[in-house]
Amino acid sequence: MGLLPVVAGVTAGARRRRVWAVQIGFLLLAVLAVLCAPLVGPTAISLRQVFDPTIAFADNVDAQIFFIARLPRTLAGALVGGALAAAGVVLQALLRNPLATPFTLGVSAGASLGAMLVITFGLPLTLAGIPAVPLASFVGALAAVGVVYGLATMRRQGLSTNVLLLAGVTLNSLFSAIILFVQYLADFTQSFQAIRWVMGNLDVSSYQPLLWALPMLLVAAGAFAGLPRALNLLTLGTDSAAARGIDVLRTQRLAFVSASLATGAAVALGGPIGFIGIIVPHLVRLLIGADHRFVLPASACLGATFLVVCDTAARTLLSPMELPVGVITAMLGGPFFLWLLVTRGGGPR
Amino acid sequence: MTPVCRLLVSFALAVWVAALPAQTRPGRIISIVPALTEALFSMGAGPRVVGVGSFDRHPAEVDSLPKVGGLIDPDMEQIIALTPDLVVLYGSQEDQLAQLERAGISVFVYAHGGLNDTLATIRELGVRTGQRMPADALADRIGSQITRVSNRVADQPKPRVMLVFGREPGTLSNVYASGGIGFLHDMVEAAGGDNVFAAVARESVQLSSESILTAAPDIIIELSYDERMTPARQVAERAVWSRLPAIPAVRAGRVHLLLGNEFVQPGPRMGDATEAIARALHPKAFQE
Repeated sequence: MGLLPVVAGVTAGARRRRVWAVQIGFLLLAVLAVLCAPLVGPTAISLRQVFDPTIAFADNVDAQIFFIARLPRTLAGALVGGALAAAGVVLQALLRNPLATPFTLGVSAGASLGAMLVITFGLPLTLAGIPAVPLASFVGALAAVGVVYGLATMRRQGLSTNVLLLAGVTLNSLFSAIILFVQYLADFTQSFQAIRWVMGNLDVSSYQPLLWALPMLLVAAGAFAGLPRALNLLTLGTDSAAARGIDVLRTQRLAFVSASLATGAAVALGGPIGFIGIIVPHLVRLLIGADHRFVLPASACLGATFLVVCDTAARTLLSPMELPVGVITAMLGGPFFLWLLVTRGGGPR
Repeated sequence: MTPVCRLLVSFALAVWVAALPAQTRPGRIISIVPALTEALFSMGAGPRVVGVGSFDRHPAEVDSLPKVGGLIDPDMEQIIALTPDLVVLYGSQEDQLAQLERAGISVFVYAHGGLNDTLATIRELGVRTGQRMPADALADRIGSQITRVSNRVADQPKPRVMLVFGREPGTLSNVYASGGIGFLHDMVEAAGGDNVFAAVARESVQLSSESILTAAPDIIIELSYDERMTPARQVAERAVWSRLPAIPAVRAGRVHLLLGNEFVQPGPRMGDATEAIARALHPKAFQE
């Protein structure tokens, strides 16, 4: 429930303790989700057999279900969910727009275009063992971000968030048009594969993709760690932030680059999974207020929890069939967010 | 009715039926369904085919014919400009069906189904194109080819088979396998295999790594229509499965990659496709 209205009138110290408690609660929730999700699944496995050292791993079906089928995708869900939610927070603050998502600036369209080109034309490009589709989607994401950034800094000194936003939205439509065109050239099976990619899939079935994404996510997380105070001031407007000693351009640049990096890595790992980047930050703001020092880490934790739970549903509900996780996040997230919007009267202020 | 009268009536009926195909025998045919384009050529209607789908590759004659689009993007202007009197297209192409109807062009609607549906479709297509006898012969030939394969492997133990027809290259993401209906399932059963997802009443099942591990197939048959896949890539794609070493098929080295569009298009080469699958499942039965 909303904490800030309740704690009005309480001393600042008590309020701070309360926010910290909520913070730790979110962290525990994420840890709990990551620990429990691998235990849940359509197949009953025996934990004793999973960790039985007397059975060779190659022969141990339960261990393989646990360590190959469930654990990597749970971890992937946590990383992708956390990254998308955190990137959402940062971009909403940077653009000072509550509707901003990690995909607003063209990242997902760029990534989709990259994936689509590789799927359609069967380009066998790989780099250091990274398969073609994740690689191409990451490159596509960064290319889109590069174009948007170039446009936003071209016209004048500094980074125009208006241009950023408009260029991102335009690029999204332009890339979508190119995607449709490429799809038109593709044959049916390829189109289907490409459409399926867009729905998101965390079934990585090895730890390798996590290791590729991890360095980029860590760099982004490091950058995020230095941002909250500046973001708090930035949301008040660039002038007042500058007046309080914030290097606005540097902050904007850092926020933009780190959010894009996190989003690009997340999309390469799990596909453009929607809704997390918008509903999780708003939900957190409703719960603990707008201070980015708390909103950012709490959103990352809640995003991780949310995606891990959704993915557990994706692989369990219709077993042996797999449901697209992006469809689940949207179907759970959309109505829930609308409900919040209506009951909380227009979202957080 | 007297016997003579009855005889006369049935004679008149026979004459009328015999005259029917001649009356409606289409002279210009367009087919955008690859399997049926192939069937048209196999039943001797090839010389009357004036346009084919963009994805048609078989037989080689189609290369020189105008391409008029496919399932999603048929070029209606071009189709009508080719003045066909029969267009073979998919049942889901409702707009195009209505358009052709308005243009007074008759259509043959293709419906996806199992092996027997496909054979029935070939026979019907023969009736519609005035090639009834060769079409029946073609369907009989495919049917008996499949029966021969089934008989050959009949006394072999049935391995549990997973038939995969789609997967993101280089990964085990978005794996699609045959469920318990459709021609792929029928081909596996005819080839003496036991489809591990036979209980799923769908043509395709998207699988997670967990459901593959749980299904534990003895043999994995993976189909790819990419005939130009290099040998090195074939080895690499087969090796991807070794990420799940508990699967009996992986442990026994029984992951087969079969290339060719005959595996994904239910047409005249269905018998060949079934035999290729049977050879992968039961190599012993095919040792001379």
